[in-house]
Amino acid sequence: MDIPAELETKIDEAITQYPVSKRSATLPLLHLIQEQLGYIDEAAIEWVAKKLGLEPINVLELVTFYPMIRREPAGKHHIRVCRTLSCAMAGSYELLDTFCKYARIDRQHNGHGTHLLKSEDGKYSIEFVECLASCGFGPVCMINDDFYEAVSQEEVPQLLEKYQ
Amino acid sequence: MSEPTDLLNVQIDGIWYQFKKGTRVIEACAQAGKFVPHYCYHPKLSSPGNCRMCLIEMGMPKLGPDRKPALGPDGKPVISWIPRPQISCAQDIAEGMGVRTDSPLTRECRNGVMEFLLINHPLDCPICDQAGECQLQEYSVEFGTAGSRFLEEKVKKPKRVELGPRVTLDDERCILCSRCIRFMKEVAHDDVLGFASRGSHTYLTAHPGKLLDSNYSLNTVDICPVGALTSTDFRFKMRVWFLKETKSICTSCATGCNTIIGTRENVIYRQTPRENNAVNSDWMCDYGRLNFHYINSAERLKIPQVRDSQGLANVSWRSALAKAGEELKQYQKDGVAVVASAKMTNEELWLAKKLIDSLGTTYHDIVPRFGEADDLLMSADRNPNTLGAQLFGVTGEHPGAKLQEIAESIGSGEIKAVVALGEDLTQIGLTASQLKKLSTLIVVGILPNETTRSASVLLPACAFPEKRGTMINIKGRLQRLNRALQPPGEARDDWEIIRDLIQQLTGSNGIYLIEDVFKQIADTIPEMKGLSFSRIGDTGVQLVDETEEARAAAVTV
Amino acid sequence: MASTTRTPHPREKRIIFKNIDRPGWTNDIECYLHDGGYEELKKAFTMKPEQIVNEVKASGLRGRGGAGFPCGVKWGFIKPGGSKPVYLICNADESEPGTFKDRYIIHQDPHQLLEGMIISCYAVNARLAYIYIRGEFPEGAKILEHALAEAKEQGFLGKNILGSGFDLEIYVFRGAGAYICGEETGLIESMEGKRPYPRIKPPYFPAVLGLYMCPTIVNNVETLCNVKHIVRIGGAEYAKMGKPNNTGTRLLCVSGDVQQPGYYEFEVGGITIGELINDICGGMKPGRTLKAVIPGGSSAKVLNAKDRYKIKAKQPDGTTVELEMGLEDIPIDFDTLAAAGSMAGSGGVIVMDDTRDMVWALNNINEFYAHESCGQCTPCREGSLWMKKITERMLHGGGVEQDTDTLKTVADNIAGRTICAFGEACAWPTQSFIDKFRDEFAATAGKKGSENGSTNH
Repeated sequence: MDIPAELETKIDEAITQYPVSKRSATLPLLHLIQEQLGYIDEAAIEWVAKKLGLEPINVLELVTFYPMIRREPAGKHHIRVCRTLSCAMAGSYELLDTFCKYARIDRQHNGHGTHLLKSEDGKYSIEFVECLASCGFGPVCMINDDFYEAVSQEEVPQLLEKYQ
Repeated sequence: MSEPTDLLNVQIDGIWYQFKKGTRVIEACAQAGKFVPHYCYHPKLSSPGNCRMCLIEMGMPKLGPDRKPALGPDGKPVISWIPRPQISCAQDIAEGMGVRTDSPLTRECRNGVMEFLLINHPLDCPICDQAGECQLQEYSVEFGTAGSRFLEEKVKKPKRVELGPRVTLDDERCILCSRCIRFMKEVAHDDVLGFASRGSHTYLTAHPGKLLDSNYSLNTVDICPVGALTSTDFRFKMRVWFLKETKSICTSCATGCNTIIGTRENVIYRQTPRENNAVNSDWMCDYGRLNFHYINSAERLKIPQVRDSQGLANVSWRSALAKAGEELKQYQKDGVAVVASAKMTNEELWLAKKLIDSLGTTYHDIVPRFGEADDLLMSADRNPNTLGAQLFGVTGEHPGAKLQEIAESIGSGEIKAVVALGEDLTQIGLTASQLKKLSTLIVVGILPNETTRSASVLLPACAFPEKRGTMINIKGRLQRLNRALQPPGEARDDWEIIRDLIQQLTGSNGIYLIEDVFKQIADTIPEMKGLSFSRIGDTGVQLVDETEEARAAAVTV
Repeated sequence: MASTTRTPHPREKRIIFKNIDRPGWTNDIECYLHDGGYEELKKAFTMKPEQIVNEVKASGLRGRGGAGFPCGVKWGFIKPGGSKPVYLICNADESEPGTFKDRYIIHQDPHQLLEGMIISCYAVNARLAYIYIRGEFPEGAKILEHALAEAKEQGFLGKNILGSGFDLEIYVFRGAGAYICGEETGLIESMEGKRPYPRIKPPYFPAVLGLYMCPTIVNNVETLCNVKHIVRIGGAEYAKMGKPNNTGTRLLCVSGDVQQPGYYEFEVGGITIGELINDICGGMKPGRTLKAVIPGGSSAKVLNAKDRYKIKAKQPDGTTVELEMGLEDIPIDFDTLAAAGSMAGSGGVIVMDDTRDMVWALNNINEFYAHESCGQCTPCREGSLWMKKITERMLHGGGVEQDTDTLKTVADNIAGRTICAFGEACAWPTQSFIDKFRDEFAATAGKKGSENGSTNH
């Protein structure tokens, strides 16, 4: 697996933050690799295991547990809409539908699952996630690392314009 | 007797008991005769407390104003019961603890857990190997409800996963107790199993690049409380309630793991380990466990044979033994060699030595077998009874040291007669043509090989599950084999065959039962003084200390 | 997009949130120092660690993450002079639905957290500490890392802090989308690089067998911020705020069907539910009436607006009286809300009006818990998804008569039977929604799908 030198430096630095046990660095390393390469594939799992002196199953256990760790690439821009109670009361289900419409994402799944759904051109992907901790200002969403509160359905097209 | 301070007072279901400090609550209940149902707990593994089946009511002594336990009218502490039920598998007893194993609340807890375990469990009983030894079935009957009120769709998971070469996994049946994961990590030292995904969709898996192929993988099948992990070898072969179970030991190496042999209608279907904390704990290796299919082989030798001008012909036992005796009587001392096997029982080895003495030869040895030991159970010595062979003088301090000399003397023609007891002489470097040059080759065996094909007298014998006898393992422990199968055709017990050979040479010797043989041994060998066949018991008797010196000292006869 | 000018309500008592939305305030250390920041740290180093622990004990500070466990008691479990190192972890995994307070401290006033955290580490002798921040706060993680670097530069972290002889390193650990990592032992397992399965207690009490099996203190962001203020004014003075056993101030997060949802800081017990909703948050939307309130995050039991509550209250003269009051009269503090049959929890107040379908609401909550269940122990793993499937069926027209009772008894078989409090968290909503709004659930039997409000289609 090709880990760029700069990334490996960051990885080595991260490992030093866990002097007692290298295993603690598993999730931090997964974050770093996903940030750079977009997702975690088989090779990455084996690479991280080897780097930290673990078995691949130890890494696989984490990769499949945490929803934020992706096994496949997201769209160029990744949208997260909150589905939990207060945001749902504020209209987040409708907001999800609106995002899907404008981002051209076809939700073949019946109902709102929390799977990663992508547009055909790969520009956008969307996820219906759990509480994003801004319940008073819902419905909230994130696009990439940017956080937006009180998002109305009307402003969805202009929001997406910023992410091309 | 333990010191009084080692014992703690615990009240279980209203009765006060005393247990040793450090006893797990669930074990204390078992000792008091109160079985607490459980899935994830296993005495030889760590306790995660995740199945929640062992929930009981627990209490501690009510403290009086002086911070000491308040005593009731019976002079015992008054128990203050904790409203929330507690698991009993992960906590040790404490002084004055109270436990209720059968209250309305505990019954409600068990009923609840059973219901939860069954809502996503597939209705596979009719096709599941575990039926008959399934704790889900058993506890469902005892603690569950007859009907289901689950109206939803069950969670679907992979149904026939080849987790490794010998283990097949059904993820839907798995109750996620994690026993297998803990075993592989803590005992087999091969951290290869884990849980993937989350919540109700969690499933057991191995990493695709690294399968469950450890030599201890099948122990996970034993400890799996349900039919999730199955032995690929045994899968769909036989319902367990039809199996006759015989306690015996494994003979694939010198460890002698304690086993249960499962048979039906004289066919062996499986072997499983039996607990012996002095030998193998609760485990055995896959190699030894599966090393039995040859016993059912159609090629088994069944009828005694004697060589005539046209080759080997079937004869009666009487004729065969008479011929063997007649042939052997022609040779004196070092004209004859006895190649014995350290796969034989003590009784057979004892008699083999008697045969050697009757023949007066110094050419005798066993065929050693060595491989790599692992850190767990598998011994480097792949013969199950080297110590026995040494103890009775069939072999010397260095097993196999005499074999080269024997082979050379056969080649030079000095040795004209050989008695091969359960070994193929091509193993000691002899070729088939060399064997054919022998004037006399008496062979006792179970499967055809070059030696049996070259025999002048061929005597069919027993495989290890067909034997009654004893063996001494690498640590000097005397253990018993019990007969699980009858040998095929007219094959007979090896010890009887050897006794009959001796009888041919020296006349009657008053040995009628295997117990007689054992008695002779016990009367002669100091380490076995006072022992009898029945007194060995199911878990054996330690003959010598495991120290090197003691073991070396035990070798001399 | 939100363009709410968030100015504090005049009735608020902003101590922890003093700098949130403060005009001209920036989250860098210069601004914080200019405002008198890190003076409490300097003061702390003039005290002995045991003194700080005693001040926190005297303050009566209760955990602000949800459990409300007395902080001083928790710290007191750490015996000084042990052979194992002590660790302190800040629980910044804010994930309880309805809660949105730690987010603002992290993003806008990180140094308050750091100062409180460093003081706390000194008090319990933790030389290595971590901030476990939820993965969905990527900006927050960057802000904290930057703030840590700033603090180190100023000599507030690292070796021999301010010449005290005390060394401390703090690192940021990012989560990745798991609510169970907010459970302290689940958090610890996550930090050890394992699946975040909470540990059984006994024996794995974090103060004894925590991170790397060493004594560990896990405290919420807000709790740690309070420590700074306790050092500032002293424990006794702090305890004068709020009520006995319910001291200090509390960040309340209001969401749902009110005109002005948002975050507000009051003395504990200093405001009632009705005052909060009507006076502070502008009341209900036009034409709507209050139906239900979940006062402490979605794990807290729901309260019916129509019910009367019998609350036992200790009077100043020591006698106990039983008062009867409506929902709106209930003061928001730990003990009263517990007496009312719910809990103060994380301070997340979710308000529902008469347009809300309770089956729909419970189904939304049940889906949350079914997603977030870690799956370790039987009742929660199987039961959380089962409850969700039942309410989903009830909602979409497939409900049968037994469903309501099945739901209730399933929840009863989870609560109190699990390894961690997630069992209660996922069972209490179901138990309380059915308890308070049974008719709505019973009415789904044999009916078609609900058209009320937003649908989970």
